[in-house]
Amino acid sequence: MANANPTDGSAPAALGAERLAWMYTQMYRIREFEERVKSTFTEHPGILRGHTHLADGAEASIVGSVAALAPDDQIVTTYRCHGYPIALGTDMKLMMAEIYGKATGLCGGLGGSMHLYDVARGFLGGSGIVAQAIPHATGAAWAAQIRRRGQVVVCFFGDGASKQGAFHESLNIASVWKLPIVYVMENNHYQASTRTDQEDANAAHGEPLSTKAKAYSMEGVTVDGADPVAVHATLADALARARSGTGPTLVESLVYRLSAHGNLIAPPGVPLNYPEHEAIAIFGNRDEYEAALRGDPVPRFRHQLVTEGTLSAADADAIEQAAREEVDEAQRFALDSPWPAPDSGLDYVYA
Amino acid sequence: MSHVIPYIAAIQEAIREEMERDDRVLYFGQNMATSPEDPFLKQFGPDRVRVTPISETAEIGIATGAAVAGYRPVVELYMAEFLLVATDQVVNEGTRFHFMSKGQVSVPMVMVAGYGFTAGWAGQHTGSIYGMFMGVPGLKVALPSTPADAKGLMTTAIRDDNPVLFFQNYLLLLDEGEVPDGEHAVPFGVADVKRAGSDLTLVATGYAVRTALGAAESLARRGVSVEVIDPRTIAPLDVDTILSSVARTGHLVLVDQATRHSSVAAVIAAEVAELGFSSLEAPISLVTALDSSIAYSKPVEEFVLPDEHKVVKAVEESLGLAPASA
Repeated sequence: MANANPTDGSAPAALGAERLAWMYTQMYRIREFEERVKSTFTEHPGILRGHTHLADGAEASIVGSVAALAPDDQIVTTYRCHGYPIALGTDMKLMMAEIYGKATGLCGGLGGSMHLYDVARGFLGGSGIVAQAIPHATGAAWAAQIRRRGQVVVCFFGDGASKQGAFHESLNIASVWKLPIVYVMENNHYQASTRTDQEDANAAHGEPLSTKAKAYSMEGVTVDGADPVAVHATLADALARARSGTGPTLVESLVYRLSAHGNLIAPPGVPLNYPEHEAIAIFGNRDEYEAALRGDPVPRFRHQLVTEGTLSAADADAIEQAAREEVDEAQRFALDSPWPAPDSGLDYVYA
Repeated sequence: MSHVIPYIAAIQEAIREEMERDDRVLYFGQNMATSPEDPFLKQFGPDRVRVTPISETAEIGIATGAAVAGYRPVVELYMAEFLLVATDQVVNEGTRFHFMSKGQVSVPMVMVAGYGFTAGWAGQHTGSIYGMFMGVPGLKVALPSTPADAKGLMTTAIRDDNPVLFFQNYLLLLDEGEVPDGEHAVPFGVADVKRAGSDLTLVATGYAVRTALGAAESLARRGVSVEVIDPRTIAPLDVDTILSSVARTGHLVLVDQATRHSSVAAVIAAEVAELGFSSLEAPISLVTALDSSIAYSKPVEEFVLPDEHKVVKAVEESLGLAPASA
């Protein structure tokens, strides 16, 4: 169950108990994975290098989105990219090995945390540079339009990316060409360490960021990204529009990133760790952060499912235990795996 | 008199002092000055210090416009790759204005960009891309390797009436060094001999200076005297200091973090081949990154980069020495 995405791509329907349990499972797997990546900084210092960005807090948005995909759909993401492949069924062992820089990783250790790919599962990759994968997703949607197999591309990015030319240029073209694409902006309210209202015209004027869709005459929707069922319904609508040739949608999914933007940025020799969230570290706003923790989408969804009787507490416990064991195994695999051959760095320069 | 501070603090010190000296100097960029506690914001106020969105084309274009209109902006770009998003604004706008306007317009602006974060930052944040910009007419390029040069070159960059690309190295940010007290300006186009020597000339740029000095130190223990020259700015490039060193040593090895064909080393090799050929007693040798992207995984990352061992080997070959550990 953990690795299968049982979607059939049919029109949006009420989510059954099995599907809801699947969604909770994926959310918990993502959280457990990200927490293990984070604890690696202290438990296995030196293993993680460079910059790592976690999806904790965005699980409901990620899983609600992926749950609405048809098997042939494709996604493009950012460098905050661990959550999507987990929900798509990518083997966690290969992901952890990649993030640990090992030869057995998804990309042989060449890419690392910011550059995951699993093309066989429709995950076409992303970009380490903010917003620069939005046109790539748009191009993949053009390819889907030409193929006429009913495929849709879902393009994930953050609120910060929506101030790049690449975002605006892409949305305009997608709307003119009626491309089969859904743009999912995960608005976590911080562009790295800048509050959105300090750098976004809509936010500065108290308007939702989905307002930007109006400039490109496309549908713009804002959804509670902490509610996987609401995200699923919104994506299902947008995917249906895209599949029918009506054109693209901009979905603003409101999430709260529960970790800092990324680990400490420091030269070699300085131990890397995760600083406090920017709300506290930069703005001294502990109340905001604690409120976000109280709204944590993972326990919130568990509570909802158990209260509604969709899952028993024992079922939920079993899901969580299985996820922990799976992450344990992934981490053991990654730690035990060999380093890549040094000269593998010359193997993939040209196709 | 001097004080010891890290490389990054030296850069900040120069910006602060120039902002104190000249109220036309502006400072802005992403993820800076977001809190009222920010020291630049507190000292200089929101007219002159601002946070921007992630909008490099606008950031660099706005710097260009403010410079045309009489200010002296310093735009903080963080990672060098981010300025690639705005390549037109970097190479084909402000750089042309003074020429195209027959001198009516000048564009005194500084673009600050960090490069070469070869500490697991993987394919898109580790490039040593300075070489791409050294042939752009109208653009000056500074590449400091020490805190003192970082401060002195930033001071000069802000005072210069042209667009300047100031490349700081991420691995050097916390390296401490002596910085002269008071006003400290390092002239552009003047190389610095970081270590004097008589057997061979090593020319290195930016981070590679550290690699070259390490190699020179280990060679000195074997009685080999290596001169290490740091051009400090690659546009303008001080070829004369290199030529006069090669005239004494007869041997030239170039060290550069960039890939061979986009390296400063390749340009210097061409200059010396043309202007100093008769001084050479051995072929010029280039120690650069191999022609690949930088991998995340450490052993692969290290494989493609120049290091002290590779430099020592090139020096041994140039001088016809037996390998130390053969």
